[in-house]
Amino acid sequence: MRNLSLGKPDMSLIVAKGLGVSFNGRLVLDRVDFIISKGEIVTLVGPNGSGKTTLIRALLGIVKAHSGHIEQQPGLRIGYVPQKLAIDATMPMTVARFLALPSRQPKDQIGAVMARVGAENLEAQQMSSLSGGQFQRVLLARALLGKPDILMLDEATQGLDQQGIAAFYQLIEAVRTEIGCAILLVSHDLHVVMSTSDRVVCLNGHVCCEGSPKVVSQAPEYRELFGIGSGGVLALYRHEHDHNHDHPHNHVPRD
Amino acid sequence: MFDDFLIRAALAAIGLSLATGPLGAFVIWRKMAYFGDTIAHAAILGVAVSLAFSISIFVGTLLVSFGVGLLAANFTDTRRSMDSILGVLSYSALALGLVAISFVKGANIDLNALLFGDILTVTKANLVQVWAVSLLILALLAWRWTSLLTATLSEEIAASVGINSARERLVLTLALAIVVAVSLKVVGAMLIGAMLIIPAAAARGFSRSPEKMAGIAIVIGAFSGVGGVIASAVIDAPTGPSIVVVAAMVFVASQFVARDQK
Repeated sequence: MRNLSLGKPDMSLIVAKGLGVSFNGRLVLDRVDFIISKGEIVTLVGPNGSGKTTLIRALLGIVKAHSGHIEQQPGLRIGYVPQKLAIDATMPMTVARFLALPSRQPKDQIGAVMARVGAENLEAQQMSSLSGGQFQRVLLARALLGKPDILMLDEATQGLDQQGIAAFYQLIEAVRTEIGCAILLVSHDLHVVMSTSDRVVCLNGHVCCEGSPKVVSQAPEYRELFGIGSGGVLALYRHEHDHNHDHPHNHVPRD
Repeated sequence: MFDDFLIRAALAAIGLSLATGPLGAFVIWRKMAYFGDTIAHAAILGVAVSLAFSISIFVGTLLVSFGVGLLAANFTDTRRSMDSILGVLSYSALALGLVAISFVKGANIDLNALLFGDILTVTKANLVQVWAVSLLILALLAWRWTSLLTATLSEEIAASVGINSARERLVLTLALAIVVAVSLKVVGAMLIGAMLIIPAAAARGFSRSPEKMAGIAIVIGAFSGVGGVIASAVIDAPTGPSIVVVAAMVFVASQFVARDQK
């Protein structure tokens, strides 16, 4: 625990060391080390089935690891933003009621947070009637109301277009600057990440590589690729794998 | 004009709705209808066990239903094909129970009553039991409400705020087993599922929050109970099924009314 090279021990919010998780005899996570420190932005990338979700679930304590251990800073407040909720039209739920989970917050605070995420005047609406973008913002608002030390976002940008993703990243970045929380972003996009990520961790059962993203240049072809107005919030991540696998999997995007 | 036994029957149905309303809402939200049926069917095996070991039928059905519920919940955890596993468990427990009951010596058991309830023979002691247990369930659900609701919405959000979803699932399984044990006398093993699902489904159209849906489900359940008891007396029909028919009619009506409100 004390000899981890990344982050000072007293600054680390969550430290996982040598994590191993298997389901029905299949090894999903193998000797995974993970650390996130105060105020840090970490992007976790990996192809489908690479164990990203399992790692998050292990960090949250839902999945039990068969080896290794996880340490959370005592009293750590986690704001979790899921990809979707397990409710459909069968559960009536207004935005206001949802924001009161797990505990009711003062009205002025709700108003301030909703304004901050750009979701004003939605409180009376049903969750099921929100658009994809509104829904994401409401999920984010609920997580922020708990004044988190760390914000975890699981594929939060899925279903948004490039401009929507850029806008969402800008929002996350602004929120981080304001409240100083650490951010753990999970993404299946292996190559385009949030440019302010301090670290990108590429996972595929084990940690394949780790590094910082390259800021997207202002070259026209990049501007075209990422859409006008992304404002430099997107960046490329170059994978540098120092090892080969004896099993086939690819790190190239599937076009 | 109404006899005591009819009033007791109606009161039993009202008492039961206090538990089946909110519990039924969770059954719908979590898509546990088949799971609820499995626990209900296991009650027949519970009756056989109670007779064989000469223990109270309430305790026997509660234990067996809870046990089968735990078994079923365990299978749903590992993401195996839930549907078929529940089907196997559900009908095996029912059939095994029916076979076992036939072997219990000297038992004078009215199978019809076990399967479809015998609400007209509810005694004052039964009535006290139904109300006490239903109020207990209602209190349990109220106490765990936020945790249950959060765990239903997202296991991850629940974990992030320190709520253990597995424990909340256990609370629901236990509550279901208790409700099944207490309602065997009222609507029977085959129709408990209906009393869980139909009032809550009917309440959906009138509700803007989970709490309202649970509350309105209680009202609809109680109305169906009283309506079913009266209707069965008037048209001389079996009472348990009559209650379910009234509930189904309320559901159909709710579909039209709820549509008008939009």
